Amino acid sequence: MTEIPLQHVLFVSTALFFIGVYGFFTRKNMITMLMSVELILNSVNINFIAFNKYLFADKLDGIFFTIFIIVIAAAEAAVAIAIIINLYRSHNSIDVDETNEMKY
Amino acid sequence: MSFTLIIFYILSAAILGCGLLAVTSAKIFRAAVYLLFSLIGIAGLFFLLENDFIAAVQIVVYVGGIVVLIIFSIFLTHRSGEQMPMPSKKRERIGFIAALAGFALAHGLIYNETFIPTHQPKIEQSVANIGSQMLDTNHFGFVLPFEVVSMLLLAAMIGAIVIAMKVKPKE
Repeated sequence: MTEIPLQHVLFVSTALFFIGVYGFFTRKNMITMLMSVELILNSVNINFIAFNKYLFADKLDGIFFTIFIIVIAAAEAAVAIAIIINLYRSHNSIDVDETNEMKY
Repeated sequence: MSFTLIIFYILSAAILGCGLLAVTSAKIFRAAVYLLFSLIGIAGLFFLLENDFIAAVQIVVYVGGIVVLIIFSIFLTHRSGEQMPMPSKKRERIGFIAALAGFALAHGLIYNETFIPTHQPKIEQSVANIGSQMLDTNHFGFVLPFEVVSMLLLAAMIGAIVIAMKVKPKE
């Protein structure tokens, strides 16, 4: 099973991370920015799982980190979407350029 | 080239291709669907790395939870078929250069690093082992972060309800 080289897994996760970074820089819509953040968090999860499997097979720490990251990503998505819907209700837009005030 | 390796390359191509389409697609609903396929590919990668539990959690939480939440919020805030305005050329170029530079730096570091695996006997990454270490109070257990995270989930749930609640206009 260990025939997949670790470097290749890390290549995939690094590429996914920077795809997410590119999306975060170029998108202006808040929901698509949230999607980019999800891609970034997932690439970190791949890294944790790969390192736990290849380098530290005597521990389970990478798995626990992955589980906690997934939990926090779920909480973050729920709060972010509540904020987005509230913002749409008050500003009628979810573009980051048009929402330049914290209080309406 | 073995069978596992071929599956790994196919999965990686699917993950990266769908991820790239998810951040560049001009229609927001399509972007959400591409994100869905990218996350399914990542779950497949976890299966390939012999981590069944995390793969199942990935499918349940991300594919079944977060993407559905995102699609619902798209329906609540957009007319889903319409095109999003394209990002300005300047912003696109700066984003591309920044991402490419970061990728080159990180990939150079990974490529030159020699990874030394541990020589301790490996333990099985089964659900039983994960569960017993998660709730262990003595030997490197994760019961305190578990409790903290449960409080965080409660706070996030209440916060989401409070934020999204409609405020009645004062008379």
